[in-house]
Amino acid sequence: MRYSAWTVFRQGLGGQRGWKPAWRSPDPKPDYEVIIIGGGGHGLATAYYLAKTYGIRRVAVLEKGWIGGGNSGRNTTAIRSNYYYRASARMYEHSLKLYEGLSKELNYNVMFSQRGMISLAHSPHDVELAHRQAGAMRLNGVDADFLSPGEIARRVPILDMSPEARFPVFGGLLQKRAGTARHDAVVWGYARAADALGVDIIQNCEVTGFRRGADGAVIGVETSRGPIAATRIGVAVAGHSSRLAEMAGFRLPITSYALQAFVSEPLKPVLDTVILSPATGVYMSQSDKGGLVIGGGLDLYPSYAQRGNMPVIRNVLGAVAAQYPSLGRVRLLRQWAGIVDVVPDSSPIIGASPVPGLFLDCGWGTGGFKAIPVGGTMLAHQLATLTPHELAEPFSLERFTTGALIDEAAGSGIAH
Amino acid sequence: MLQISCPWCGPRDEIEFRCGGQSHVIRPGPPEEVDDATWGRYLSEKINPRGDHLERWLHAAGCRRWFNVARDTATHRIRAVYHMVEAAPAIGDEGSAR
Ligand SMILES: Cc1cc2nc3c(=O)[nH]c(=O)nc-3n(C[C@H](O)[C@H](O)[C@H](O)COP(=O)(O)OP(=O)(O)OC[C@H]3O[C@@H](n4cnc5c(N)ncnc54)[C@H](O)[C@@H]3O)c2cc1C
Ligand SMILES: [Zn+2]
Repeated sequence: MRYSAWTVFRQGLGGQRGWKPAWRSPDPKPDYEVIIIGGGGHGLATAYYLAKTYGIRRVAVLEKGWIGGGNSGRNTTAIRSNYYYRASARMYEHSLKLYEGLSKELNYNVMFSQRGMISLAHSPHDVELAHRQAGAMRLNGVDADFLSPGEIARRVPILDMSPEARFPVFGGLLQKRAGTARHDAVVWGYARAADALGVDIIQNCEVTGFRRGADGAVIGVETSRGPIAATRIGVAVAGHSSRLAEMAGFRLPITSYALQAFVSEPLKPVLDTVILSPATGVYMSQSDKGGLVIGGGLDLYPSYAQRGNMPVIRNVLGAVAAQYPSLGRVRLLRQWAGIVDVVPDSSPIIGASPVPGLFLDCGWGTGGFKAIPVGGTMLAHQLATLTPHELAEPFSLERFTTGALIDEAAGSGIAH
Repeated sequence: MLQISCPWCGPRDEIEFRCGGQSHVIRPGPPEEVDDATWGRYLSEKINPRGDHLERWLHAAGCRRWFNVARDTATHRIRAVYHMVEAAPAIGDEGSAR
């Protein structure tokens, strides 16, 4: 226990000057067995499982900025497995189970709080769809409960439940085991654990190109800190996946969009679950510090600008004010955006790329925080064994040729 | 907030428009000679560049007509607006083609 109450207290007395870095900052070595591009949750989890599960420790994680500076540090941390199709349910449920044991696994408190997530039903048709969704989830072995309006009113007193409400509430779908975690802690926990197993985490190191052998296979990368060799390379760069693909000479079925989030000034506890309104796309939870963490839909044109535009802000906050009238005068502390990698069927792309030796973990779009443990598990398996992980098989890039899409955009609707 | 100049209606707020994605995508053919890989690429692959992007927009809450926009995806700056049947304009380092 490095962060016990006693250590925190003692460090406080000593002016916080005695803390040691939680991971090293090594210079890149000339070559590695495996290189992972992208120091977000997915890249770091991949490195951790490579070292831990497969004993591959000559691994470098190359991050162009600082670890967790991408979407893993910008997201609203909703974790759930309420998907419709079997392939997705199996994968996200595996991830949720890994989250349930993650603090222990990493010896780092990721503050996973299973406060449940409610998706509201705003019409009799929504109610039917919610029952259908609950049925699909139960068939897939995932917990699901239908809540009556009365149960929702008791659980979420700030929600406008009146019959005149702009979005009347007819019920809701609850996944009790869903919840939130602390985003930075997930990143830092994996980073510290991977570092302890010998993984080199190299920040301020941007990959600018690939080195290829005579057969076309990758033999290394060009970076802002010089060339680094490896014959197995994993790419986990979320909204920047198309740029890396372009460096390697292929294209992906990905469009990059800005997704915004908002956090309010700290309030006393008013909301003890994650709540989503599919009608407005707006969802909300309350952080342990008291801030309301609010998210909504995408800024619907391609963007690499990490800021987000006014019309979406207006829609999201207007919906909050309409559905939770008592929050109308709450002030916002911050607003930001991350660049997310959206795929036509809203499902990730995991496994082989068209270039030998280069493997993908991308397309998580608006919902890949919940998948960090499973994404790392699957990409590590792929890099170590050169075969797809069993859970990843349906999510290959090839599905865009065969047509075997996993259309969660239509199946479960998009939420984060 | 974007201000987009519809070729028919003039400058309007972005909320009147809908982005239809990458423009100048050419349908492969004849259909019976196109293999699955080519169809797959045609249907799903995107250039998705960071920088200049040629894209289709619909003036959904206006004249309901489609047109092309050349826009920088990193700065959101609109470099050119041109008709669906027109070829892509040459875009200089600064300024706009139209
Ligand atoms: C506002 C917002 C809200 C969200 N809410 C949720 C949610 O509630 N629940 C959920 O499950 N998901 C959510 N997501 C999605 C989730 O954040 C992402 O899917 C997930 O964090 C992706 O993790 P990653 O490790 O793949 O990517 P990232 O965390 O983005 O990491 C990729 C890293 O790659 C680096 N990189 C890029 N290019 C290069 C290069 N050339 N060389 C080296 N490094 C490079 C970047 O700097 C970045 O640090 C949300 C996203 C956003 C933006
Ligand atoms: Zn018009």
